[in-house]
Amino acid sequence: MAVIRHELRIARPPDEVWPAIGDPAALPRWFPGIIDAQVDGRARIITASSGLSLPEEIVTNDPVRRIFQYRMTAPLVSDHLGTIEVADTGDGCSLVSYETRCEPDPLALVIGGACGNALRELRRQLEGQATPAKHEEA
Amino acid sequence: MGRKILFVTTDQQRYDTLGCNGGSVARTPVADSLAEAGIRYERAVPQSVVCMPSRSTILTGQHPTTHGVWMNGVPLPVDAPSVAALLHRHGYRTGLVGKAHFEPYLDPFGRFTENTLARSGAETVQDLWADGSTGPHRGFEHLEFATHGTAAPLHYILWLWQNHPEAIGMYYPVLDPSFNVNGAGGGVTGAPQVHDNPIQKDWYHTDWVADRTISWLNSLAADDDWFCWMSFPDPHHPWDPPKSELSRVDWREVPLPAGYPASQAEREAILDAKPRHWRMWYDGTLVSNFEAPRSWVPATLTADQVREVNARNAVEVELIDEAVGRVLRAIESRGWTDDVDVIFTSDHGELQGDFGLLFKGPYHVDALMRLPLIWRPAPSAGIGPAVVSRPVGLVDLAPTFSAIAGLRAPGWMQGRPLPVSDADAAARGFDRVLTEWDSDLFGIGVHLRTITRDGWVCTAYRPGHVHDGTEGELYDLADDPLQRFNRWHDPACAALRCDLLADLRDSSPPARAEVLELQAPV
Repeated sequence: MAVIRHELRIARPPDEVWPAIGDPAALPRWFPGIIDAQVDGRARIITASSGLSLPEEIVTNDPVRRIFQYRMTAPLVSDHLGTIEVADTGDGCSLVSYETRCEPDPLALVIGGACGNALRELRRQLEGQATPAKHEEA
Repeated sequence: MGRKILFVTTDQQRYDTLGCNGGSVARTPVADSLAEAGIRYERAVPQSVVCMPSRSTILTGQHPTTHGVWMNGVPLPVDAPSVAALLHRHGYRTGLVGKAHFEPYLDPFGRFTENTLARSGAETVQDLWADGSTGPHRGFEHLEFATHGTAAPLHYILWLWQNHPEAIGMYYPVLDPSFNVNGAGGGVTGAPQVHDNPIQKDWYHTDWVADRTISWLNSLAADDDWFCWMSFPDPHHPWDPPKSELSRVDWREVPLPAGYPASQAEREAILDAKPRHWRMWYDGTLVSNFEAPRSWVPATLTADQVREVNARNAVEVELIDEAVGRVLRAIESRGWTDDVDVIFTSDHGELQGDFGLLFKGPYHVDALMRLPLIWRPAPSAGIGPAVVSRPVGLVDLAPTFSAIAGLRAPGWMQGRPLPVSDADAAARGFDRVLTEWDSDLFGIGVHLRTITRDGWVCTAYRPGHVHDGTEGELYDLADDPLQRFNRWHDPACAALRCDLLADLRDSSPPARAEVLELQAPV
C-alpha cells in the first residue's frame, strides 16, 4: 500500500474552503480531469475526461472536523482511501491536506498526482488567481 | 525557401546497433548511407538515460535540471520552451508523428493532451507558449501519437481499433495487472518482455509511424519549409516485433555482446566494484526505478536470453531502417532531397546483457549513454562528410535545428549547434557533456551527476536511499571501453577525479526555481 500526501496553505478561512470539499457533487469544479460526479447517498460515481467512470463510496463527510474520506471501489484499484482535511491555521488561512492510500502502488502515484494538482486548482480558485490559459482545439 | 528538417528518433537504441557504428547483428543500410554522406558522431551523450527527461531536453535544448523533468512521470509544462515553437513562429510547418512522451502515459483522468488529442479528432490544440503568447501545442501544428503496446489512447491505438481491432491484443502487455512494468517472459528462452506478436508488419507501429509521416509530408506545399519529428517507439522493450520478421535474425546465431561477462563470478565481481545499487538490482534486492520490472531478477538472465533479446532488438532496428528509407524515398519523390537535413538519433541507450543486466536505470555507462547520432546535412548546404569523436549532447539538437533554419539559438537553449567536424568541435570547445539522474520512487532516491570529458566518464553520487554521497564511478573510455574497472578509488586517478568533479560542479546548469511534481510512474 503506497501513501501519497499533498499539503498546501490556502489564504482563505476554513469556512470558505470546506464547502467545496464537503459537497461531493462539487468535485468536477475543482478537480482537473474529472468532468462529472453523480451522488446518491454514500455512493458517488465520477467520470474522468478520459471517459472512465469510477464508482466511489463516501466514508466520512464530517463538517465539524472538516474531514472528507472516500474509497474508490472500481476494479482498477484493489484498495484505496482518499482523505481530505481542512485545518484552521488561526490566521485566517487553511492548511489543506489530501492523502491517497492505494494499492497497487503505481496507481497511488497517478491518483495522488491528480489530487495534488486538484489542491492547487482549489487554491487558485479560492484565492482568486487568474485562470490559466485553457487550450482550445485547433 | 529554406532548408527542411527530418528529425528521426528511435527509443532506447544503442550506438552499436548500427552498421556504421560497428554493429553486426542488424542490417542498417539506410542509416549507414546517411552516415557516409553526412556526419557521424562517435560520442553523442544524452542528458538523461530515460525517456521523458531526455525527450524534454531535445525539445527545449535544456538540461533536465533546468527544464525540470527530473524523472519519468514528471510532465513537461505545456509552456516550456520549445524549438518547434521557435521554428513554427518563423514560418516552418511543424509536425510530430510517433512517440512524444513529454507527458505521462498512465493517465486515467485524461489530464494530458498527449492522451486526449486522438479522441478529440483535432490536429493539435492551442496552448500557452513560454513567451506568454499562444500557439499550437508545444509548437507542433500536427500531432499523431504512438507508443509501445496498446494501453494508452493514442492515435495509433485508435487507428488499430478502427481498422484492425483483432490486433489490439496481439501486442505484449507492457504493464502487469498491478500496473508495474511486466516481467513476464516469452519467446523460446522465456526472456522478460519478449513476445511473439502475430501482427502483420504493415499494421505494426513502425510502419504506421512512417505511413503517417509520409501522409503529413504529402499534405504540405512544395515550397513549405518544414520540421518533421518522426519518432519511432522501437527498439525499446517489449521486444515484440511482427512474428513474420523474426527469421531475419536467428537468435541462436547472435554472438554474445562484448559487454556480457559470460561467467557469473566475473559478472558479480564487476558489479561489486560499482556503487552498491548495481549489485542490489542484479540480486533483486532493490528496484530503484519504475522502468525495470519489479518481478524480474537480473541474476536469472541467461546467455540464451541475451541472444534472443538482441536478435529481436535487431529485427526492430531493421524495420526502423527500412521505414526511414521509405520516408526518404517519399521526400525524394517530392523533389525536396537537396534541401532536407536528416538527423537520426535516440533518446537513450539500453543495457542488453551488459554486466548481466537488461533495461535501464541509474547506470551511467556506454550501454545507456553512447547514442547513435547521424546528421546528413542538406546537400545544398555544401557540408562535407565527417566523423566527430569529441563529445556532443542531445542538448545540442535544438540549437542545431535553429541554425539549420537560419536562426540564432535563443538564450534559453543551453547547447550549441552540432560541430560539423572534429576541427570545428575543437575550435568551438566541445570538450564536455553532462548527464544527470534523479529518481525517487516510494522513498527510494537515487541521484547521479556525470561528466564525460577527455575520454573519461566520471559520475558523482549524491546522498540517496543506498548512497551516502561519497560514492562514484570513473572509467577510462579508451582503455576500458566496457567500463568494467571503476577507477574512482584509484590513487593514480585522484587528481583527475578532482579535476573532473570540479569541472562538473562549475559546468552545472541552473536549476529550475520550482520543483515539478511527479504525476505518474511513467
